[in-house]
Amino acid sequence: MNSQAQYLKAIYLTQQQKDGPASTGDVADMLDVSPASANEMIGKLEDRGLLNHEKYKGVDLTDDGIHQAREALQNYCIIERFLVEVLEVEEFRTEAKQLEGVIDETVAERLDTIIERDPKCPDCFDAEDDVCGLLEVEVEATSD
Amino acid sequence: MSLTQPVGSDHQLARLLQIGIVLEEVVEARSAKHAEETGDELDPDVIELLEHASTESAEHRRRLEELVDDLEADTVAFEEIEMLVEAQYESDEDFDGVLYDQLCNEETAYKFYDDLIEAIEASDVSFSVDRARLLDVLSDIRADEAEGVEEVTDLMEAQQ
Repeated sequence: MNSQAQYLKAIYLTQQQKDGPASTGDVADMLDVSPASANEMIGKLEDRGLLNHEKYKGVDLTDDGIHQAREALQNYCIIERFLVEVLEVEEFRTEAKQLEGVIDETVAERLDTIIERDPKCPDCFDAEDDVCGLLEVEVEATSD
Repeated sequence: MSLTQPVGSDHQLARLLQIGIVLEEVVEARSAKHAEETGDELDPDVIELLEHASTESAEHRRRLEELVDDLEADTVAFEEIEMLVEAQYESDEDFDGVLYDQLCNEETAYKFYDDLIEAIEASDVSFSVDRARLLDVLSDIRADEAEGVEEVTDLMEAQQ
């Protein structure tokens, strides 16, 4: 997953949480980048037709943007589940974030053949807890 | 899609090599399962290809495990992956045939090693394993996967 996919995923989740457009600041916070970097990437994504950006209102994904964001979120869910179910990694959120930039979607698809994932994925993703809502994991601090 | 992030630590490298091992185990277990499920109906050339893929994956796994050992990380037991493949195999509705599945295996593995090599080359971390040896092993495996893609494609064309 490249940084474009990570941005689309973050915007998608922020829009879900806000039930409306996402502010540049919220997106920057979620990705832990500066507002200037977020602004630059948002401009590029707008040029590619993946979102609309209105000053003072925020960012709204287009249908194409939503489609790509959901694919990115699905890959992220596969990585998280794989880390939990197969490798039994405790700090799976931190590691999933490191790996999502390195694990391509074709590789994620193959890893998907050995994990259990609900057909409604990624709708079951809990953005606040940063994990699939159906994944049974020990409750741990989500500050990572 | 190419990689944008370099490998940042020994820990992350070990994790990526573990994923490589799991991918090899998936190939090995699925090939064996295909051969077992459809053995009687399969062309001898396809059976030979699956057997070769399985042997090659076991060898790749062994080489990756050596690197993971040197990084003092745990490897993933083949029996565990075999069980997971078995558990999910029945519900795999996207199964489009033995050769197609094998092509996906080889292409995915090639992409994985290609991305991993790029991410290691882009990294300025000094790993606990010798960088030249690490890249040699991964480049050898990547070359095998490229050959594997060609072999499956040739066989698919010959069968049409």
